Amino acid sequence: MSLLTLEALSVHRGACPVVDGASLSVGPGEFVGLIGPNGAGKTTLLRAALGLLPHTGHSSLAVLPPVARARAAAFLPQGREVAWPLPVAALVALGRAPWGPGPGDGPAVDRALDRLGLAGFRDRDATALSGGELARVLLARVLAQETPLILADEPVAGLDPEAQLRVMGLFAGLAGEGRGIVASIHDLGLAMRFCTRLVLLSAGRVVADGAPAAVLSDANLAAAFGIRAFRAETADGPVLQPLSVLR
Amino acid sequence: MRLAAALSVVVAALFAASLLVGPAGIGLGDSLRALARGQGDEAVILVMREIRLPRALLGLVVGAGLGLSGAALQGLLRNPLAEPGLIGVAPAAALGAVIALQTGLAAAFALALPLVALGFAAATVALLLALAGPRGTLTLILAGVALSALAGALTALVLNLSPNPFAAAEIVFWMMGSLADRSMVHVWLAAPFVLAGMAALLTTRRGLDALTLGEDAAAALGVNLRRLRLTVVLGTAAVVGAATAVAGAIGFVGLVVPHLLRPLVGARPGALLVASALGGAAVVLAADVAVRLIAPDRDLKLGVLTALVGAPFFLRLIWASRRTEA
Repeated sequence: MSLLTLEALSVHRGACPVVDGASLSVGPGEFVGLIGPNGAGKTTLLRAALGLLPHTGHSSLAVLPPVARARAAAFLPQGREVAWPLPVAALVALGRAPWGPGPGDGPAVDRALDRLGLAGFRDRDATALSGGELARVLLARVLAQETPLILADEPVAGLDPEAQLRVMGLFAGLAGEGRGIVASIHDLGLAMRFCTRLVLLSAGRVVADGAPAAVLSDANLAAAFGIRAFRAETADGPVLQPLSVLR
Repeated sequence: MRLAAALSVVVAALFAASLLVGPAGIGLGDSLRALARGQGDEAVILVMREIRLPRALLGLVVGAGLGLSGAALQGLLRNPLAEPGLIGVAPAAALGAVIALQTGLAAAFALALPLVALGFAAATVALLLALAGPRGTLTLILAGVALSALAGALTALVLNLSPNPFAAAEIVFWMMGSLADRSMVHVWLAAPFVLAGMAALLTTRRGLDALTLGEDAAAALGVNLRRLRLTVVLGTAAVVGAATAVAGAIGFVGLVVPHLLRPLVGARPGALLVASALGGAAVVLAADVAVRLIAPDRDLKLGVLTALVGAPFFLRLIWASRRTEA
């Protein structure tokens, strides 16, 4: 069973393709890292997959009616935008919107807050939190939506190392419980360690799709990113550290 | 819920005050008897039913509409400085009214003024939607600002070219905004538009809540952004167009009331809608009672008072928020 299927998905800005014929499929239990240099089309791919952008080709999410789609997939945008000083619990409860008001809302919000260690933050003003705390609150909102699939755009950007490890660990744990995750990510080391699969985008095209070690080959790193990297197997798992620029 | 109940009580009290305060100085018992049962002195019945009742009803409807549309527009734009005048409908309605006054249409036929004003408001919404179309919120606001400027310039032109200083003075006074000397016909003309606009705006609660997280997140939560945008613009246009057509420009209510009530509803844009409708009604009714008490024989204009009280109040709010941020 597939949670998301893209077939020849393309997005054009003017005549220029930003995403060019992307095809991929994500199933339950997968934590797919979407990697690629800046401007490769990661954000555009995620937004088009959700039907938020005009596109050609097929996305199994974009063809759903809005509410059905919101029950199938939750989206964590890149900008951590909160317009009004809502209490944390009310902000997390916004994730319940696609399900309509119901008796399940309270427990779903509580579970999401507990899972992110935010139980003590319920009544705090969401706009007065630190960057890391806000990132956790917005993730809790996504969890409260209780969808089989989560799409996250750069969920670890701008977070301290502890928060980065916690977020990646959370996603890996959710995948372990049978949910599907697609997250765009710039930190290749974290992507290597936590993702079950990587999709490499370059100039809008999917140039590699598979196991992290295979996708992060020397040839792919050189062609897509123009870098070379140090790689090792340790007791704590695989390690990858970018070393130098090639071109 | 407690807030809505408390505000409802305040609105009911101010509505009663609006019915009971006036230059005629009618006693409490006499006025209520005349209003409810049509008993007593002919003149008293006339004052209560033809002068005070329409004035109080218009204060209620116009105030509720302005408060609600201000809250909805702030929610849609995610900006606490948005106000109902932003989409250009109020200046356009004022232009229509000014043209009706200038051409003598308003003198020839009593309802010409609000009808021409409504026509201009409707034409402006059509133009606004044609200009901004299905595109983003920013285009919509820029188009609204441009249309406001155009309507303002044309109003100034009409005043500029006015050959008759009395007509010019009448226009200036009308533009200050007032609920004095309105009839039940004005109520019947404005209320359907205002109430329909309010009903449309009240359907946007969940969408505006979701917009707290930004447009992409709201869309991914199942909100139809195009429909939300259209509902808020058309609802605001119906409210503001009709309110301006019968009452002139009453500023600051749509800006200050949502700002004031936001902390009391936990900043939730959806919950703010009903609270702001009640708050707007309370503010306009209170201001309209105040103009009668402060200067009973000088015809102090309602719009002047709301801006005069509203602006310093708003400055104080900005000052307070500046201190908490520092």
